[in-house]
Amino acid sequence: MASLPPDLLELQAVIEGYAREFGLDFFEVRYEILDFRTLNQIAAYDGFPTRYPHWRFGMEYERLSKSYAYGLHRIYEMVINTNPCYAYLLASNQRVDQKLVMAHVCGHSDFFKNNLWFAHTNRRMLDEMANHAARIRRHVERHGLEAVEDFLDTCLSLDNLIDIHAVGIRRRPTPMPETDAEREEPETVRRLPAKNYMDAFINPPEFLAEQQRKLEEAEEQRRRFPEEPERDVLLFLLENAPLANWQHDLLDIIREEAYYFAPQRQTKIMNEGWAVFAHTRLMTDKAMTPDELIDYAEHHSGVVAAQLGRLNPYKLGFELFRDIEDRWNRGAFGSEYEACTHLEDRRRWDKKLGLGRQKVFEVRRVYNDIGFIDEFLTEDFAREQKLFTFAYDEDSEQYEIASRKFQDVKRSLLFQLTNFGQPVIEVVDGNHENRGELYLVHRHEGVDLDVPFAEDTLQNLYKVWGRPVHIETTVEDEDRVLFSHGPEGGVQQTLD
Amino acid sequence: MILSIEQDASRFRQIVRGQIKRNLRKYMSNGELIGRQGKDLVSIPVPQIELPQFRFGNGQGGVGQGPGDVGTPLGPARPGNGHGPAGDQPGDHILEVELTLQELVELLGDELGLPRIQPKSKNQVEGEVTRYTGLRRIGPEGLRHFKRTYREALKRQMISGTYNYARPAIVPIRDDKRYRSWKTYPRPESNAVILYMMDVSGSMTQRKKELVRLTAFWIDSWLKVHYPNLVTRYIVHDAAAHEVDAHTFFHVRESGGTRISSAYEMCRDIIRKDYPVEEWNLYAFHFSDGENFGDEDDRRCADLLQHELLPQMNLFCYGQVQSGGGRLFWDTLTTVPDEKLAAAKINDDEDIYAAIKTFLGKGV
Repeated sequence: MASLPPDLLELQAVIEGYAREFGLDFFEVRYEILDFRTLNQIAAYDGFPTRYPHWRFGMEYERLSKSYAYGLHRIYEMVINTNPCYAYLLASNQRVDQKLVMAHVCGHSDFFKNNLWFAHTNRRMLDEMANHAARIRRHVERHGLEAVEDFLDTCLSLDNLIDIHAVGIRRRPTPMPETDAEREEPETVRRLPAKNYMDAFINPPEFLAEQQRKLEEAEEQRRRFPEEPERDVLLFLLENAPLANWQHDLLDIIREEAYYFAPQRQTKIMNEGWAVFAHTRLMTDKAMTPDELIDYAEHHSGVVAAQLGRLNPYKLGFELFRDIEDRWNRGAFGSEYEACTHLEDRRRWDKKLGLGRQKVFEVRRVYNDIGFIDEFLTEDFAREQKLFTFAYDEDSEQYEIASRKFQDVKRSLLFQLTNFGQPVIEVVDGNHENRGELYLVHRHEGVDLDVPFAEDTLQNLYKVWGRPVHIETTVEDEDRVLFSHGPEGGVQQTLD
Repeated sequence: MILSIEQDASRFRQIVRGQIKRNLRKYMSNGELIGRQGKDLVSIPVPQIELPQFRFGNGQGGVGQGPGDVGTPLGPARPGNGHGPAGDQPGDHILEVELTLQELVELLGDELGLPRIQPKSKNQVEGEVTRYTGLRRIGPEGLRHFKRTYREALKRQMISGTYNYARPAIVPIRDDKRYRSWKTYPRPESNAVILYMMDVSGSMTQRKKELVRLTAFWIDSWLKVHYPNLVTRYIVHDAAAHEVDAHTFFHVRESGGTRISSAYEMCRDIIRKDYPVEEWNLYAFHFSDGENFGDEDDRRCADLLQHELLPQMNLFCYGQVQSGGGRLFWDTLTTVPDEKLAAAKINDDEDIYAAIKTFLGKGV
């Protein structure tokens, strides 16, 4: 790795000057210049120079190297959420590319620093990742590559079972010191006062037994385990699964990294959109010289190119930020605007408020993708951007445009973003049928799980839990189905 | 510089190779690989290795952007499956793994438990290689070693004090000149020839020839790795034998009767003419559906094999392809007692695996 040569250092200072003028507030950025092989390595490692040994990084590296070799794809930059913020430049970039990339990186760094969803992330993750790598390497030395790799595969196959809102919501009550009142004897059914000979009538024994059973059930309810359904399945496993120390450590590492990367998955559209928004402004207003126009335009259009049938998060985010700025500049929001149904009036609507700049900066601070889309994706925007939903057509055996209705588009987009596109799965019982079995429930929201994958994942969960595991889900919109995995392998049964 | 990720990458390749090995039987019985063979590399499609997760099933659609009315197909390319943030995830991938032929054949050897071939040791042909390894003071200008010459000149100038630091010009004189010199090394080489014979009589259908082609691909690959100088000759026969090129061999359609002895005679003649047995490792593979014309010709073949062909051969293999019922050449051939003779029945794609094992399992 080489740090910047003097001319690029100068460039960095200039670009960052423009960025501050524009209002960006970012972590100090440290650039490294890398050749494509090293950049591919770092990209395969999700932006970090040191990661634990795992074949999946190798797979990603091979893929990147191959597509680089065939000229399909190249990475111009990488930037990671740390303080100071590290960013990598490709050595073979032209000067105008480096300019563009630096402006882009300022946008990302500003986003990392200011967006609420990143507030809790570990800004010293560079060190933390290296520590994780060292810990895992030590486990490899002691327990062998096969064993560690096998358990890592297992953990990674469960690493989406986290509670992305955990950092913002306290779901567990703070443990209170136990008071005397709580420690009292288990309740028994109160008997009504009655004379001896009337007792069997006033306090009929079967009724008493019934009441006693109800009380015990209530008690049982109170001691349910976990008390509330647990979204953070990994945490539940960490606390309750019978793991060896090293396994516990691996699971802990995987969970920590999953939480570190979660906000990036929650803000993909915004983060990329914001960086494009930033580089566009910085380049076109200030940084670009006339002779760089063509190269800049080519690379910028490459970044925001929309392929038919795919949604480019860079483009979607960028266009939304532009739209917000424009609407708030014109005052095209609020009930008066909403009530206006005349298309031409809406288009010409201009109250000359000039609030655009302020609004976009506010938006980049407080929203994540789902709120961003929900709040700012308007019908006008969807029409202008020609958004549509697509679906697989059984007859023609291909994907086709299914609808251009605004409601459909928005619903589909929001669904994709809910729980960062992952199914919501909770632990409801860690002692199912009092046999120490684990019972998960998939909160079905209209889309089924991928069944072969679910079965394989369940097998991995069984490896961790050590006792039979179950997941309840819905198949084809009606049947409640229970998938189980135990010592005899997997079974599937339909629930009533 | 060696990148730390190389370790992960090689671990990944190891996993992929394991997968290929497990599915080798499948690859062996479909013709796909033949088309994917380059000069040294074979590209093999393996399904993407993915860690299983609880995730949504596919085919749910998603959101896209662009022109077109409802019902417009989005082309053959699979759009992002629509889950995960905004459909930027790639669809299902088939991983193209490139293996060298050498690696593929090693996998084949491991999987089938094939012994490595010990080339005939007697009368190995000696090739020679020339390597430029040394330097000397005389030689043609074309072989002058530029760097060493100037280094000598620099040394001389330093010692004699004629080197001028202000004007560092180095002028070599005749004594400074150094020339590359070479040495020849003997290189043991073993040559091998494969003689493919195939029945192209009316009863050999296209399907049968396809089976032969697949089997021949694996035989070729295996032997190619063991012999740097591998020559392949092709003989087709119905009632009479002809020598043809590879393309014709696999594509020709002829009709007529079958006289296997004609091919064996031709095989014998070719060997006699071009491949003296002291210098060559000889392999012959004969494919037929076994419907030979008459007992007499069967006996003639057995005789040729036993007395003229087999004594010279490393290996003679007979593959009987999708034979019908009745009296077949198989019955005659298997009476010939010789350990250099191998015979296998190939009725289906699945049998190729076993046939290769029978043919090449002898390790000669």
